[in-house]
Amino acid sequence: MIKRPLSDKYFRWTIAVTAYVFLLLYGGMLIQWFGLGAISSWADSAVHILLLAAAVAMIAHNLGYYRPAKGKYLFLLSYSTVLTAIWLALSTWALKHMFHDQAEYLQWLKSAVPVHFLIAWIVITSMGLRSMLVYDMAEQQEALERREAAERMSREAELYKLRQQLQPHFLFNSLNSINALIVLQPQRAREMVLKLSDFLRGTLKREDQQWIPLPEELQYLQWYLDIEKVRFGHRLSTEVIADENAAKLVMPPMLLQPVVENAIKYGLYDTTEAITITIKAWVQQNMLYVQVQNPYDSALQQPHRGTGFGLSSIRRRLYLLFARQDLLEISCDELIFTTLIKVPQPHDKSNHN
Amino acid sequence: MIKAIIIDDEPLARAVVMEYLLDFPQVQVMQECNDGFEGLKAIQQHQPDIIFLDVQMPKINGFEMLELVEDMPAVIFTTAFEEHAIRAFEVNAIDYLLKPFSKDRFEKALNKWLGSRNAAPETAPQQTTQLLETAAASPLQSHRIVVKINGKIKIIPVQDVHYLEAADDYVKIVTQEGAFLKNKTMSFFEQTLDPQQFARVHRSYMLNVNQVTRIEPYEKENHLAILRTGAKVPVSKTGYPKLKAALGL
Repeated sequence: MIKRPLSDKYFRWTIAVTAYVFLLLYGGMLIQWFGLGAISSWADSAVHILLLAAAVAMIAHNLGYYRPAKGKYLFLLSYSTVLTAIWLALSTWALKHMFHDQAEYLQWLKSAVPVHFLIAWIVITSMGLRSMLVYDMAEQQEALERREAAERMSREAELYKLRQQLQPHFLFNSLNSINALIVLQPQRAREMVLKLSDFLRGTLKREDQQWIPLPEELQYLQWYLDIEKVRFGHRLSTEVIADENAAKLVMPPMLLQPVVENAIKYGLYDTTEAITITIKAWVQQNMLYVQVQNPYDSALQQPHRGTGFGLSSIRRRLYLLFARQDLLEISCDELIFTTLIKVPQPHDKSNHN
Repeated sequence: MIKAIIIDDEPLARAVVMEYLLDFPQVQVMQECNDGFEGLKAIQQHQPDIIFLDVQMPKINGFEMLELVEDMPAVIFTTAFEEHAIRAFEVNAIDYLLKPFSKDRFEKALNKWLGSRNAAPETAPQQTTQLLETAAASPLQSHRIVVKINGKIKIIPVQDVHYLEAADDYVKIVTQEGAFLKNKTMSFFEQTLDPQQFARVHRSYMLNVNQVTRIEPYEKENHLAILRTGAKVPVSKTGYPKLKAALGL
């Protein structure tokens, strides 16, 4: 809602003080230069100035409620002209009433009508113009803020959605493995339940966090990979190497998850061989680099796999977070598929949570 | 004795089926397979009565594998993918078990088949074929076509396909590497392939719109589509609007 000037204390005071100052100046002027009597001078000044102050307050206030979209300047001019006419009629009528027996004053009042009109018209129109500009600017500002808020909300919603991509199939297949292990190897079934719980708790807990330390994210991936190891037995081995100085760096949660999921999907689900997935993390130019490598069979893969949903959503997320398109790099040779993610570090490291 | 084969890429998933089958001594598991290729070979070799089949597997998925099976056994799907299950139940497949499934649920599925087998032994495979025609419309397999040549399996990415031509009981798939035959109907491909990319331009032809270089009028109300390779594909009166729509004209 746009603030009306009359609800603003400073504006009210400004009008009151200005009116008072002008009342004194105008009254003094009438006595000094026009040689009117003291009583009629002060009365004339008071009536004119107070009514003018009321008219000015009125136009400033009313323009806040109504400004036509088309021809607003024409509207303003008509409005201020009508208001000036009313002001003049009222003040003249009041003064005539008060001093109906002073012919000399009445003569002066009559001859001053055009000057009064002109000056009052200029004052009221200026106030109207000024108010209109202020209201327009406030309205634009408000629209801008609204649009920004809407954009921020949609960005947050999109980020939330992008993070929420835990594969339900993964969950059901893991439960199926547990179902098998309960009879075959109860101890391992328990291990798997615990790992799955840790993993799921991690998913839930980290949803609100903007940044998490790299070791935490790697731990989380380790649980995920451990579960996949149980599902696929000795076919999957993993190698996680993080530089010591990378341990202090942070990254958005759940960013690596879909990359590793992709590596598993194309490296493991699509082959019957034993495979190794390698995750490496290091620091370079004050950025965190994380590289995920998985073997793949180029003969079986689709050429469009690089734009698969998993990776395009990561690119989108990186763009929403950092407004950069160059943070995800994909490369592949005949046998190895490599995904490289660069994470710029936040300047203020105190707001990790 | 009933011969069975389990096809699943997860050892533990196969172990569950094996465990549940202990109560069915008449069912003998001939082989456990890791993927569709192995499954296909095992089916040819053992001629099983029933297979337990996962959908998501390396190389080719369960549905693609079944397309290549000549002597169709009864099929019970075991998968975590619910989206295909709904279709399966619509066409009354033998069963579709959602992982993880209970022993009761498994026995119910198997008993249902054992019962119907005694009553009418031929119904089950037919149901599976029917299931395949519907389930094939899933996005899982729309981007590639699996064919068998000389006992070997070939996977053709759909963008490599120039056009399809009906040939009796088969469909001829014409690619850069040559033509392949697949025992399917044109309407199967019409349902499976992306309509943005493939247009059924004629009763006997479907073409990849990305391969079209120009269209010429031919005889009174027909047209000919000229492909990049120079091949000419007839376009019928009813096919012409479809081609124009696919080309965005």
